[in-house]
Amino acid sequence: MSMAPTLLSVEDLTKSYGGVHAVRGVSFELHAGEILALIGPNGAGKSTCFNVLNGQIIPDSGRVKLLGEDTTGKKPRVIWRMGVGRTFQIAATFPTMTVRENVQVALVSHGGQLFNLWASTARHARDEAGRLLDLVGMGAYAERPCGELAYGDVKRLELAIALANQPKLLLMDEPTAGMAPRERVELMRLTARIAREQSIGVLFTEHDMDVVFEHADRILVLNRGTLIAEGSPEEVRGNAQVRAIYLGEGLLYDARHREGASA
Amino acid sequence: MAFYIVQFLTGLASAASLFLVASGLSIIFGVTRIVNFAHGAFYMLGAYVAFTLTERFSGAFGFWGGIVVAALAVAAIGVLVEMVLLRRIYHSPELFQLLATFGLTLMVEDLVVLIWGPDDLVGRRAPGFKGAIDFFGQNIPSYDLFLIVLGPVVLGVLWLLFQRTRWGVLVRAATQDRDMVAALGVNQKWLFTSVFALGVFLAALGGALQIPRDAVNHAMDLRVIVEVFVVVVIGGLGSIIGAFVAAVLVSELNAFGILIFPKISIILVFLVMAVVLIVRPWGLFGKPEAPARRTPGLTVNPWRPLTMNERLAAIAVLVVAAALPFVAGNYVLTVGSEIAIFVIFAVSLHFLMSVGGLASFGHAAYFGLGAYGVALLAKMAGLPMIACLLLGPLLGLLGAAVFGFFAVQLSGVYFAMLTLAFAQIVWSIAFQWVSVTGGDNGILGVWPEKWAASPSHFYWLSLGIAALAVVILRIIVFSPFGFALRATRDSPLRSEAVGINGKRIQWTAFVIAGTVAGLAGALFAYLKGSVFPDNMGISLSVDALVMVLLGGVETVSGAVVGAIVYKALNIWLVSQTDWSKLVLGGFVVLIVVAFPKGIVGTLEAFLHRRRKSSSAASPVLTSRIETAE
Repeated sequence: MSMAPTLLSVEDLTKSYGGVHAVRGVSFELHAGEILALIGPNGAGKSTCFNVLNGQIIPDSGRVKLLGEDTTGKKPRVIWRMGVGRTFQIAATFPTMTVRENVQVALVSHGGQLFNLWASTARHARDEAGRLLDLVGMGAYAERPCGELAYGDVKRLELAIALANQPKLLLMDEPTAGMAPRERVELMRLTARIAREQSIGVLFTEHDMDVVFEHADRILVLNRGTLIAEGSPEEVRGNAQVRAIYLGEGLLYDARHREGASA
Repeated sequence: MAFYIVQFLTGLASAASLFLVASGLSIIFGVTRIVNFAHGAFYMLGAYVAFTLTERFSGAFGFWGGIVVAALAVAAIGVLVEMVLLRRIYHSPELFQLLATFGLTLMVEDLVVLIWGPDDLVGRRAPGFKGAIDFFGQNIPSYDLFLIVLGPVVLGVLWLLFQRTRWGVLVRAATQDRDMVAALGVNQKWLFTSVFALGVFLAALGGALQIPRDAVNHAMDLRVIVEVFVVVVIGGLGSIIGAFVAAVLVSELNAFGILIFPKISIILVFLVMAVVLIVRPWGLFGKPEAPARRTPGLTVNPWRPLTMNERLAAIAVLVVAAALPFVAGNYVLTVGSEIAIFVIFAVSLHFLMSVGGLASFGHAAYFGLGAYGVALLAKMAGLPMIACLLLGPLLGLLGAAVFGFFAVQLSGVYFAMLTLAFAQIVWSIAFQWVSVTGGDNGILGVWPEKWAASPSHFYWLSLGIAALAVVILRIIVFSPFGFALRATRDSPLRSEAVGINGKRIQWTAFVIAGTVAGLAGALFAYLKGSVFPDNMGISLSVDALVMVLLGGVETVSGAVVGAIVYKALNIWLVSQTDWSKLVLGGFVVLIVVAFPKGIVGTLEAFLHRRRKSSSAASPVLTSRIETAE
């Protein structure tokens, strides 16, 4: 893993609202093909961190670099053009379009055709859109209106949209929130597979510890705006401070696995 | 110096009424999220009812009692309106609410003329405030001083009402989160009704208090609503303090603007509004609005281009339409040309409104600019007709480029109010800049050249251009740009996250729509042989909105059908009745309440259902979800 190039490097990020430090001095790195989870209790600063990375919030200080290029303070659409795809906590798609058209819009944008007033969008990158939909298992739904999809399928469609610009980095804000347990596992397996195959770095926040410990290569733990632990799932699980914060969830996780082992 | 002070005091006095109306609008919006277009109508009703009462009952008691009773009576009418109409549309999209309350305004305008007659009515002076006070040689009406004191007093009373009463606490809570208030067991229905009553009371009081200053007339509703929209855009919707500060600001700008630009004083207000919008898009004291609602239960069928058969059918219809001159007389052909022109106008608004999600309430501005462009080119530069038709719409393009840049910074109701205010500004420039535009007399003698002069030739010209405009806009709808525009409408968050510069896309769409509207206006100038300020008036803007709505907002072809049906109905109606606004207003309200999908939308839904029941092979339809953004 250390052989892979550094994709994202975050240096000494700080952001405060009034007197409250939402994020204080956070630094970390993410390598190509690595799946990194950002966890922490409510109010730990996950969302702030995330929104700084994708350009929705400008930090007070600190820097974000993507493949060596500074993205701090750039607009989300500019960051997307630099190769960052993202999904939202509540899936954001285009409900009045078909599934395929949803992906085609992203492809049109990626192809620099946004101000093309004449061509037919239906024919634009049709196969490419189909390929992306097949990749996330949505090929059969291509002509369905997006507004009629079940939520789990909307999430998979969103992943296809996020992959349309062949991103180097994928930012996923609570990717499995609002999904049924089985759908959660499927979506994360799918994400992990795509990330490994295409060597995409993935950074995700998540509340479901099962998902985190099963899929993350590395885990960052935030508490009250500062990074308190960082390491492999095993290291983080064994960390006393993390246990103290995550008492309930951590114990549950261990207990379940012990049951599973003895059964 | 004394002169400037007097001018300042006059401005303050005007601010009082404006503040009353604007605060009423703001309070209603805060709780119900409805921008009550009919607020100007209630203001006007207040003035008329107060006029009748103060004429009937003499003495100080009769006058002041009459004013208060008038405001209470109009508030009672407001309660009725809220219970009968608004309760049905609280969950509709903003556009429908604006339209319904606009329909109400149209009805009230005709009703007022029916009851009180079309002439201006001059009310009597206020007992105790009849004279003027001498101020270093300048006269200040003592009634103005009364108004200057009244404004802050009302502000104080409202503040006490909202801070110190249980009802006020509920209203403030509902303004922040009405669902939570409902969940806490508060009877929302009556809260909404009482808030609406208070808002209408304030508007009517504002109107009633104007009678010693101004003549009462049946156009005062639109004049005040435009000013009020400017006030709430500057002050921020939902903020009473904002309404007060902005009312003073706007009134003072008007008072001093007259000294600086005597002809076009409104320019100053516009400049200030533009600056505020750039610095604080939600107004000085406002908060960013929540994302716009989508129509509940409106299943959106994904748009698709016409199939080959449908294309052939469309061509067949066009051929039939083109054969009209062989069977119809000149009058019918002139009506046909007018309908074709309005098809162009309607599809241009449809492009902005349905594809772009930007409901412009001032689209007539660009229609009128195109018309004036042609008239000025033809009369002043003496250019040939083809050149005028090509260059005239560029004035619409220019206007759309300037105003559109500011307008697309906003969305939803703010966008609607701002476009309306812009249109009103363009209208007043046309009205006041007499040396160029001829003012109220317009520009006459803009006749087509010989090759297009006969009704049949002009009809073919209009029909051809209309067909071309429809085809081009349809191509754009299904082009990558059209998809980007719809993407921005559907989800600003997602479209930004896939690299789409939404504002730029919307601005471009605004310019395209404005140019096409300008083309319609250019043809219209030749059809009528003249242009008038009314070619950019509010009623024309609303005509366009109704055409799109009638055809079906969420359809691709709705605007064409809506324009044909509406314009034909309208021309027939005007020839049949003197009370066309009454009928039209009722019609608008009816569509919004009973028929929100429009003609084409209803048809599509019907066909969709039939297709679905015939192909029972796919029963897998999962439950629909609200996709958030």
